[in-house]
Amino acid sequence: MPPIIQVHNLRKTYGSVVAADDISFAVHPGEIFGLLGPNGAGKTTTLECLEGIRQPDRGDLGVLDVDPTRQPGKLRRLIGVQLQSGGLPDAMTVDEALRFFAAYHGVAPRHDLLARLGLGDKLGAQYHQLSIGLRRRLALVLAIAHNPPAVILDEPTAGLDVASRTELHALMAELRGGGTAILLATHDMAEAEKLADRVAILLAGRIVATGTPRELTAAGAGLTKVSVRSEEALLLREEGQFPAVQQRLVKEDYAIYFSADPGPTVAAILDYLHDHDDRLIDLRVERPSLEERFLEITTGGAR
Amino acid sequence: MNAYMIHLAFEFKTGLRNATLLMMNYLFPLGFYVLLGLLMTQVNPAFRETMIPALVVFIALASTVLGLPSPLVEQREAGIFRTYKINGVPAPAILIIPALSTIFHAVLASGIMLATARPLFGASLPVNWGAFVLVSLLSIAAFGALGALIGVASANSRATVLWSQLIFLPSMLIGGLMLPLSLIPKTMLPFSALLPPAHAMQALVGLAYGQETVLNPAVSVGVLLATVLLGFGLAIYLFDWDRVNRARRGHPLMALLVLAPYVVGMILG
Repeated sequence: MPPIIQVHNLRKTYGSVVAADDISFAVHPGEIFGLLGPNGAGKTTTLECLEGIRQPDRGDLGVLDVDPTRQPGKLRRLIGVQLQSGGLPDAMTVDEALRFFAAYHGVAPRHDLLARLGLGDKLGAQYHQLSIGLRRRLALVLAIAHNPPAVILDEPTAGLDVASRTELHALMAELRGGGTAILLATHDMAEAEKLADRVAILLAGRIVATGTPRELTAAGAGLTKVSVRSEEALLLREEGQFPAVQQRLVKEDYAIYFSADPGPTVAAILDYLHDHDDRLIDLRVERPSLEERFLEITTGGAR
Repeated sequence: MNAYMIHLAFEFKTGLRNATLLMMNYLFPLGFYVLLGLLMTQVNPAFRETMIPALVVFIALASTVLGLPSPLVEQREAGIFRTYKINGVPAPAILIIPALSTIFHAVLASGIMLATARPLFGASLPVNWGAFVLVSLLSIAAFGALGALIGVASANSRATVLWSQLIFLPSMLIGGLMLPLSLIPKTMLPFSALLPPAHAMQALVGLAYGQETVLNPAVSVGVLLATVLLGFGLAIYLFDWDRVNRARRGHPLMALLVLAPYVVGMILG
């Protein structure tokens, strides 16, 4: 299936600062593509070039073959955008915002979406009366109310409480199920790992790693984290020698081992505790998270 | 209702909901009207002859030149125009619809003044109502165009205050509102002729009240018409969607081109 969003060799500079350098990716129908990176990595610049807000210096960008710079009118019908730095007039009510933008998109207002995101009882509330979380939810409703094939979300869950975040994640998954291509820029690695089908990690304007979250984490050092807490806290005091362990550290009440082969490591730890009359309270075996891989890449260079 | 009508209805309601706009559209000009009616008609009874045109011009100046620019700058700074852009709101609508809404408020406030000025203060009514309505609307539209242009050309809210006051304060002193242009020193008249309210007053007094004028009222009508076209044209041309992503088509000082009709008017009139 051909991609809905395409970015090929995008370059954008601000004076001597290169904000985006040779960035290429594609987002297909029914796919959530995560754009990850520290502040200033070029995520927002990339999104804004796609949204037609900024003009790239070089590169081919398209949403269903519509050029964001040359065909802005057509683009508006094809994308829904939740801006990181957008806003609405203070005096605009929730109901007015919905009707206002629905009218400009030429569609009927979607009050069902407002109710779905907990804004159903806020129709008369003015924008300045809404909390940050409610503003973000409203921005999302406005982004998807005209049912666009592509949705661009810039930090959509920043400032949201747990319940709102869960509801928003469910809505994004539903949109994906309906065939919408979603481009998601986020700092939240857990969110990206949970939702994104593929991710790209940006660093200093360049994509330094791309793939599924599982592929990215597997491409790292590949060490499994084994965390152990025992009644006598023996492992906190004594290092012990366990097979395949490459690094050990102590954090709060846990002894944490990074193992290249967790099976023998766990077995040896349990034997050790048994032999020394200590009793296991908690044992956790975790694969490396996307966040750990992200930190590995952004602080130590791509592997 | 189409998008533009919904947009206009929203802007009109904002003019009543927003405390600052309510102040500039109604409270300040109508308060000034009552004060002027109480004081000036006692100090200078002849003021009654030009009270209505002077207050139409004052009300229009307050709501457009003083009230319109700052919200435009604040919305640009707050990223509201970016939201508009990505949702397909065209740039001319962002400028013209708030200006139109402000013009409606100025017309309403002028209507309140017009309905009460004669019974309360014995103000003279126009002798040519058709000319009065047309020139009043033209003047309000011209000031609306100037307000939109100031909002677009100003880098920040402080700059809007500066530009707005550059028009407002001299207009109060030498624009013919408080004192007829015939009483203003001749050396100051060229400066008066550079002020939009002076042309509005001259056109109203000459065409709607049939009084003698210093400037040619027909030329003043032409100058005001040119201000509407040039003001809105330049505002749309110089419009910026946001402050961080500048792709200006012209330098903000291009806005001064709106003074060209006044220079021409000064030569002709």
